[in-house]
Amino acid sequence: MLIAVVTLLVLGLLIGLGLGWAAVRFRVESDPVIDQIDAVLPQTQCGQCGYPGCRPYAEAIASDEADINQCPPGGEAGIRALADLLGREPKPLNPENGEEQPATVAVIDEQACIGCTLCIQACPVDAIVGAAKLMHTVIEQECTGCDLCLPPCPVDCIAMVIPDQDGTVWAWPEPGRPAAGGVQ
Amino acid sequence: MKRQAFKTSQAPHIPSTATVGQVMRQVLYALIPGILLQIVFFGPGVLVQIALATGFALGFEALMLRMRERSIARFLGDGSAVVTAVLFALCIPPLAPWWISAVAMLMAIVVAKHLYGGLGQNVFNPAMIGYVVVLISFPKYLTRWQAPADLSTHSLSLNETLAAILHGALPVGVSWDSITQATPLDTLKTGMHAGESLPEIMLSPVFGQFGGMGWEWVAAAYLAGGLYLLARRIITWQVPVSALGVVAAVTLPFWLLDPVTHVSPAQHLFSGALMLGAFFIATDPVSGCTSNLGRLWFGLGVGLITLVIRQWGGYPDGVAFAVLLMNMAAPLIDRYTRPRAYGT
Amino acid sequence: MSVPHDAGAPGGRLLHRLRGGLRLRHHKQVSCARPVERPALPDVLIVPLQQHLGLPAQALVQAGDRVLKGQRLGEVDCSGGVSVHAPTSGTVRAIEHRPMSHPSGRSGPCVVIEPDGQDRWCEPSPVTDWQTRQPRDLLDALCAAGVVGLGGAVFPTHQKASLGRVRGTRTLLLNGAECEPYISCDEMLMREEPHRVIEGARVLQRACGAEHVILAIEDQMGAVFDALQQAVGEATDIELVKVPAIYPEGGERQLIQVLTGQEVPADGLPADLGILVQNVGTAAAVADAVIRGRPLIERYVTVTGHGVVEPRNLLALIGTPVSHLVHHCGGYRGDADRLVVGGPMMGFTLRSDSEPVVKASNCLLVLSADDLRAPQPEMPCIRCGECARVCPAGLLPQQLQWQVRTGQWEAAADHHLRACIECGCCDFVCPSHIPLAAWFRHGKGQLKAQARERAAADHARERFDARAARVERQKQEKRERLAAKKKALRERSAAKKKTPVSTEEVRR
Repeated sequence: MLIAVVTLLVLGLLIGLGLGWAAVRFRVESDPVIDQIDAVLPQTQCGQCGYPGCRPYAEAIASDEADINQCPPGGEAGIRALADLLGREPKPLNPENGEEQPATVAVIDEQACIGCTLCIQACPVDAIVGAAKLMHTVIEQECTGCDLCLPPCPVDCIAMVIPDQDGTVWAWPEPGRPAAGGVQ
Repeated sequence: MKRQAFKTSQAPHIPSTATVGQVMRQVLYALIPGILLQIVFFGPGVLVQIALATGFALGFEALMLRMRERSIARFLGDGSAVVTAVLFALCIPPLAPWWISAVAMLMAIVVAKHLYGGLGQNVFNPAMIGYVVVLISFPKYLTRWQAPADLSTHSLSLNETLAAILHGALPVGVSWDSITQATPLDTLKTGMHAGESLPEIMLSPVFGQFGGMGWEWVAAAYLAGGLYLLARRIITWQVPVSALGVVAAVTLPFWLLDPVTHVSPAQHLFSGALMLGAFFIATDPVSGCTSNLGRLWFGLGVGLITLVIRQWGGYPDGVAFAVLLMNMAAPLIDRYTRPRAYGT
Repeated sequence: MSVPHDAGAPGGRLLHRLRGGLRLRHHKQVSCARPVERPALPDVLIVPLQQHLGLPAQALVQAGDRVLKGQRLGEVDCSGGVSVHAPTSGTVRAIEHRPMSHPSGRSGPCVVIEPDGQDRWCEPSPVTDWQTRQPRDLLDALCAAGVVGLGGAVFPTHQKASLGRVRGTRTLLLNGAECEPYISCDEMLMREEPHRVIEGARVLQRACGAEHVILAIEDQMGAVFDALQQAVGEATDIELVKVPAIYPEGGERQLIQVLTGQEVPADGLPADLGILVQNVGTAAAVADAVIRGRPLIERYVTVTGHGVVEPRNLLALIGTPVSHLVHHCGGYRGDADRLVVGGPMMGFTLRSDSEPVVKASNCLLVLSADDLRAPQPEMPCIRCGECARVCPAGLLPQQLQWQVRTGQWEAAADHHLRACIECGCCDFVCPSHIPLAAWFRHGKGQLKAQARERAAADHARERFDARAARVERQKQEKRERLAAKKKALRERSAAKKKTPVSTEEVRR
């Protein structure tokens, strides 16, 4: 009986020591999960999630502060991708942050623009060209549709429009459904 | 002369004629020779079992389709439930009570098929699930095999067969003992365990020229049906060839070395449900592997496990268990035998 | 697995076996029985400004202009596309949006021309002494002549050849292996004008630098082989090869695998293997553009199917309404039900026959109700594996359809959905009648859209980070300037304390 107890004790000690050593020797560096989350987010930098940009939101998700369903520009596809990445259940988009809208771009009404540069300073991706007292204009290819230029404009001359579909963005729809962007 | 309003559709635009129902029907046609020979040797009981099992299977299928709000017309006619029922009916003794079919079809259609998602979604072969459940739950009824016609003291007529199946009643003067007999595989197993040598065991009248008496011809008929399915490209050669091949390959050297204590490959191949299993049961596309290489491994596993159970297991034949065990392994085998895509 | 195959020339090439594929009924005899004809001028020609892969051409003419045959109607920078030309002389009626024979049925900017009946050519601009000119000159001529891949992909030929030249092309492969049923335009071109094809091969050879040429045709094209053999003559660097008529052996990647045993890498191009593939019709257009100075304004079109009275091949002007071609072929049969541009396996349907023939229109297939697939109810997949057996790309369609249906895009990309060539073989054999080809077309489009979005998001992130860095740098510079000013001020006041100054100096 005593031998059994001693044997088990010794075994337990040895195995415990072995595990402890293995935990140190074979430690895996934690994945740069924040970078991975940021890679999935749409980079609109709009702030609708409640965080000042996509990277802070990624950091909040990684530290479990924020849920994965806060991003309207990412939409359902984005939530699904985040759920896959983090091994969680996908959920519907939180309606408090906004709804999933079709992609838009900003357009400045050149007649009304007064050249104040407030929108240029507000744009997070430098998509507006212009200078003080000179015409401002939005470069359509660079605009991410984040809406951040609308509030600062003192004459309210910026509108969000759906960009022209004339071009190559048509894609085959799911079988049995009508196409988006086509006639059929 | 312009025509403005043509209908639109997506490519491909030309007709192809394959249907699920067609595949299932070919399988049923291929079973006919085996069924006929079974009637010749063992009486009309098998037809009654087929009728019962088919009836129960279709009934449960209709019930489940209604409960799952699927189109009964579309799915009832695809023949998959009928194939399940017929394959099950061929695995059980022809005089098994009617409620055996009922219980088995309940397990097969409701649990193994529909609770897993219906056609195309079942992980396990439904017929084998049904068979294994009743085998384990009601062993007495599932081991009461009739003696072949030449050996039996009394051949039951159709009416007597019906009475036996539906009521469990045998004609006056006939007892279960007098019409049933151990199967060839059963005889082999009990004999080997008792330490008898093979030549002694093989003296028993249950053995025919190359397999069990009567049973060898039924198995040969299944082989013919299986070759028909191969020719019509309903099944691929990988599963039958690997299953039968491994059985032959493993038993051959042992038998050549010592025919006194080891059963011959022919005896193994034509006994029990191996032919039926290799061509009709293990080739079930839904619960088997999808890639051809995967199918080779699948067949190999079925053959090996059957041999192991026959040699050392508690049951005389192991095809059903082998198939179910390999069903479990199929997704893993599929994962590791994915074909190489072009350019990768 | 290789099959020794006598190509009719000494030292026959060893062919490799195509993975999967189907033997389909050809239906080509009837459209090859009649000689090729040029239909009369139609009442109107609708010439889309985008008939190629890339950016649309910008119109150079406006409504009311008179144009000559072959005159440039629209152009775009050679890195974005090719030019578009007037198919006949006449007046520009309008430049407006019209349906332009696109699978979506959408409209695009088109130049609508009213022919004047005179069919007057403008001045041709051949490349003089093309055999000794720089490849760059030949490629520029191809761009200016609007030459694109006429096998159906309409990729600008000069871009493909230029890429081939840059990556080092050793073999020019001319694709005459028209494998889709019903289509016979390439066969008739090779039978009636083989010398144009061979001339085009020579020009392409010079343009891309290939050492030798392989011309592949199907083994059921009997008369074609002799005609081509005559046109090739004594040349030793052009090899004529017959490939078995299995669909889709005529696909670019499949043809390369069958002829050379090499596979184009999944994320690569044939140029990576030193091979440039061109359709035989494209080669003929190349010859016209460089040697005769004529732009691409017409092409061979097969008009066939049970829904048309006299199936045949036509040499049709680009921009001809489809109805005009059908009329030339005797009109519709009573039970004509569907108008397909392309073949029965990969073609798309047109809603109306007023849509024009464009550079991509190789065949007009008028199917009767009997020819078509009756819509069958879709059953669940029974994992029979037939689709995987016939897939020429070695994919697992039953897995892919499950993944595409449920939006598992990463898993679909992992199972190489991008390698799907949309041939439709899997769809054709499926006993459950699952619309596999449609699912995979949709899935591939989704993957492309996601890649585009990811690229746009990465680009936006770079700009955001750059802007943040710039703002930070400006703040830093401001701080430094402020600190330097403060320091200078401190030094000046310290210096002043040491040296006494007069009141006037301080006030200054």
